[in-house]
Amino acid sequence: VSASSTSSSKTGSRAKLNIYCKIDRKCARWLVIAVGLVRAYIARGSYHGLYYSIEKPLKFFQTGALLEILHCAVGIVPSSVVLTGFQVMSRVFLTWAVTHSVREVQSEDSVLLFVTAWTVTEIIRYSFYTFSLLNHLPFLIKWARYTFFFVLYPMGVTGELLTIYASLPFIQKTGLYSVTLPNKYNFSFDYYTFLILVMLSYIPIFPQLYFHMIRQRKKVLGHIEDYSKVE
Amino acid sequence: MSYFSCFPQVWVLDANTRKHLCYLDKVEPYSTVGDIKSLFHKSYPHWYPARQALKLDPKGKVLRDDEILQNLPVGTVATMYFKDLGPQLGWTTVFLAEYIGPLLTYLLFYFRVPYTYSHSYVLTSSPHPAVTRACVCHSFHYMKRLMETIFVHRFSHGTMPLRKIVRNCAYYWGFSAWLAYYINHPLYTPPSYGELQVNCAIVVFVICELGNFSIHLTLNDLRGDGARCKSYPVPTRNPFTWLFLFVSCPNYTYEVGAWVSFSVMTQSLPVVFYTILGFVQMSIWAKGKHKAYGREFKDYPRLRMSIIPLIL
Repeated sequence: VSASSTSSSKTGSRAKLNIYCKIDRKCARWLVIAVGLVRAYIARGSYHGLYYSIEKPLKFFQTGALLEILHCAVGIVPSSVVLTGFQVMSRVFLTWAVTHSVREVQSEDSVLLFVTAWTVTEIIRYSFYTFSLLNHLPFLIKWARYTFFFVLYPMGVTGELLTIYASLPFIQKTGLYSVTLPNKYNFSFDYYTFLILVMLSYIPIFPQLYFHMIRQRKKVLGHIEDYSKVE
Repeated sequence: MSYFSCFPQVWVLDANTRKHLCYLDKVEPYSTVGDIKSLFHKSYPHWYPARQALKLDPKGKVLRDDEILQNLPVGTVATMYFKDLGPQLGWTTVFLAEYIGPLLTYLLFYFRVPYTYSHSYVLTSSPHPAVTRACVCHSFHYMKRLMETIFVHRFSHGTMPLRKIVRNCAYYWGFSAWLAYYINHPLYTPPSYGELQVNCAIVVFVICELGNFSIHLTLNDLRGDGARCKSYPVPTRNPFTWLFLFVSCPNYTYEVGAWVSFSVMTQSLPVVFYTILGFVQMSIWAKGKHKAYGREFKDYPRLRMSIIPLIL
């Protein structure tokens, strides 16, 4: 083993350790949210208004997820920059530009729907990354990552769309984030129409993401099935 | 070696299915890939040469038209893999399609044809002189581009796939409609500093248009009749070309300048967005060109940047 290869493997493993710690922390954060949800449910005896119990951590962690796009770009995390970037942006948008901005929407059940979907997805995903980095990936985690999405994706998307839809009347009434003519910079923006376009954009985009995950599943889990057939 | 074995034979297979598409025997050893494409075209008339991509390896690089068969790493029997690039359009057609849209859509909004604005404003005109001047500048810009496409630019082999053209046209046509909507709107607010702002902006605009045109002429002369330039562009007696002292692609610099002055002239945020997007795209192109010049010419001047003097 030459000197250069040991030094490069040292920096490689140092970077890996760094990322492992970051991912481990992220996993812990989503567990915090999950625990917070469960505790609040037990305390209140119902699932209404649970948003308020996890509002702050959700905002903080979701915005922190922007860092993840950088990790993908640098190549440390094995995911496509475009897909991850897209997912993070849409989540940050939902968290801040819809749920936070429109108070009336925060008590909707649809908010709980997508928060739950995101929480479960992220816990599994970060566990997957952590164990992958440690080169000790239990099959259960890999299976969970590539199977749970069948339910979690549609669940999350339904929650997101219902939340946006619920916010529309309030946005139309108050003219939130909208700019009208005339003004000094000759520009206008209608947030209401923008949100409708965002909802419509789910139609071409969601199937693409969903089928991408199905294809990934075949690639990753397909080998296992072939193996068992051989035996 | 017998006389007949000197003539290579070429098999053309489909890159995806590996099906045998065509067999060419007794091909001249000094024939080019372009000649092979013409021969292939005879068997498959709907796949004209511009649509063909030939490779030596299904996942490999596409062969250039001017590569000679003799010089390729093949034996007496060459196997080439064919990929259909889809319908292609020549550069001239592409640019004409891209530029005619903005010219016409802007005028539709300027003259406020029905359905652009609300019914009460149909076929009225804006009271602001700034709006008329903006229309003149915008129309001049695209007419100049169309004239250059027809009379000045000499395009290399090239063609562009249909899908890309549709996307480019959507960009040009869509943005010009969006800009024109705000500038010609009945509720348009003229620039804050009035006539002074508009007139200064027009002066800068004209300078940039003249500059851009001068650079196009200079680049055209440089090209001559060959496809490859013998030397890199240098400043000439025309003062507008002196920008070559500082940048590799002064045509893009002038173009950005024209759009910045148009933004100031109209004081309109959509124009600013369009300018920023155009600047980003042109910077990418300029950087690429700058790197290519540096690689090809060893004595390339070090002071030059790609698009913004001393900065980028």
